[in-house]
Amino acid sequence: MGKIRQEKIIEIENFSFAIRKTGILRNLCLSIREGEYVSIVGPNGAGKTTLIKCLNRIFKNGKGQIRIAGKDLEKYSQKDLAKMTSYVPQANGHHFSFTVREFVLMGRYPYVSPFSSVSEKDEAAVEKALGITGTRAWADRRITTLSGGERQKVLIAAALAQEARILLLDEPITFLDPGYQDDIYAILKKVNLDQGITIVSATHDINSAVLHSQKIIALKQGELFFDGFPRDIMNHEQLFQLYGKPFSFVDHPETGMPIILPGGDLC
Amino acid sequence: MLKKKTVLIALLITAVVVILLAPFAGMKTISLHALLTAAADRMDSYIFFNIRVPRVLTAALAGAGLAVSGMTFQSMFRNSLATPFTLGVSSGASLGASIYVWSGLTLSITGVPGVSLFSFAGAGLAILFVYGITKMKGGFSTATMLLAGVAISFFFSSVILLIQYACDLTHSFRIVRWLMGGLEAVGYQPAINMLPFVLLGVAIVSVQVNGLNLMSVGEELAVSRGVDASKVKKLLFLAASLMVGGVVAVCGPIGFVGMMVPHICRLLIGPDHRYLMPATVLFGSAFLVVCDTIARTILAPVEMPVGIITALLGGPFFIWLLLSRVSERLVYED
Repeated sequence: MGKIRQEKIIEIENFSFAIRKTGILRNLCLSIREGEYVSIVGPNGAGKTTLIKCLNRIFKNGKGQIRIAGKDLEKYSQKDLAKMTSYVPQANGHHFSFTVREFVLMGRYPYVSPFSSVSEKDEAAVEKALGITGTRAWADRRITTLSGGERQKVLIAAALAQEARILLLDEPITFLDPGYQDDIYAILKKVNLDQGITIVSATHDINSAVLHSQKIIALKQGELFFDGFPRDIMNHEQLFQLYGKPFSFVDHPETGMPIILPGGDLC
Repeated sequence: MLKKKTVLIALLITAVVVILLAPFAGMKTISLHALLTAAADRMDSYIFFNIRVPRVLTAALAGAGLAVSGMTFQSMFRNSLATPFTLGVSSGASLGASIYVWSGLTLSITGVPGVSLFSFAGAGLAILFVYGITKMKGGFSTATMLLAGVAISFFFSSVILLIQYACDLTHSFRIVRWLMGGLEAVGYQPAINMLPFVLLGVAIVSVQVNGLNLMSVGEELAVSRGVDASKVKKLLFLAASLMVGGVVAVCGPIGFVGMMVPHICRLLIGPDHRYLMPATVLFGSAFLVVCDTIARTILAPVEMPVGIITALLGGPFFIWLLLSRVSERLVYED
């Protein structure tokens, strides 16, 4: 497990967010420490994506407080915020015809001025990101020619090139085959362990979430439902309340972590 | 990387050659020899330097301005059909200019002619309307925006008709002739009037190329990479209004340049605006100069408005774009 420092890098206090007067997030209070690997789970429409988008100010004007590294979210310039948080969006339909290298280089936006050319530091960050994600072999291919799994790795590479302390991911493995899912988790664990990057990942894959994360945050109808250790949410009571369904559990043969099985009463 | 630079150099050479050669062509072909011995033929010299050269320069500037504003709209809204024409910005600029002619005002502010200022204001107004309508509907969709553009375009055109109907015959004729879109220039004043608008617009877009790259990928992703999207959008709207307003005030609404040129440039050099932007400037200039040269020569001694040529090329191009697989590769819409 990564080195978790004591400093809280994300602090959320009484935070609410509404779109057209419909409350999406309600009175959230939670904090995330630097270097933690956190998964956000919860049913569809619980507000996971919204929370992620509030953290990087894609959505603005929430009520309450969010602090990143001790500083009010509102007080960051967009560029400075991008040096703190990077983002991997949901993987549906990114069909732009940039090459992989061009696109990953665009992750350096917060560091380049309009009049400067690409610096050695930028090149180095791009190379490093291509290396970690194993995307260097396709660096000169157009993103349109990649498969969904390859494309997701490129999106992560671009976010890593941004060299931010927090990596926000919105359903990073949805639509991917098990092989790519495994690759993506390996990349995330690697940057979490080696570079101490804080990972905040919204996901429906609760089994992988509890296996990889140090902390689980569960949202239900925009409210905080659970905030704690993975092991403590993996029981009948919690998951029944969260998803409104009974699940069958089995202990993972290697880690002993309870995980849920598909099927159950349908079989 | 090398290939892109090669393409840029090739475009630069093409643009320079086209601009240098175009003044020699026309109703009366002028040879370099005749020009060098111009003392003998003052008429040729006059036509060359006071009519043809200014006209070619006007065309080059207008081509660059229209093409860059088209590129900006297409990339910002991730839609290949988003152009000054389809978004109603050209009609806005036309309406502004028509109102100026109708009002009979003659003003200029620090040397910038009133018609250009009115045209710029009209272009800006059209953008505000179209963007405002789309936002009001919620869940920003480019389809809504294009429809709003078409609606605004029709509406403004009707207002222009109304103005024509209301004004006296000479004003009315001026408006009609000007609406056809043409580059008839005598002397350098038209080019000089356009220059600050196009320069300023191109400069603003040049500073924002990195932001535009990210906007062309998606607004949310751009924000997460540190782009202050609302500020960048305002700047780009300002730049596009300046360019379209400045050009339309002088040349009338010349269609399709803003749609065709950026597309061809994307095919040539790819979507990276650090290269696409200069390519669009160069190709846009060369393209409109060539179109205008055709317009001047094809039915000589009759001169056609260049808008007819660009529209004749643009119609089929538009349909090809709708049908072809190329558009699927280029349309950014998700």
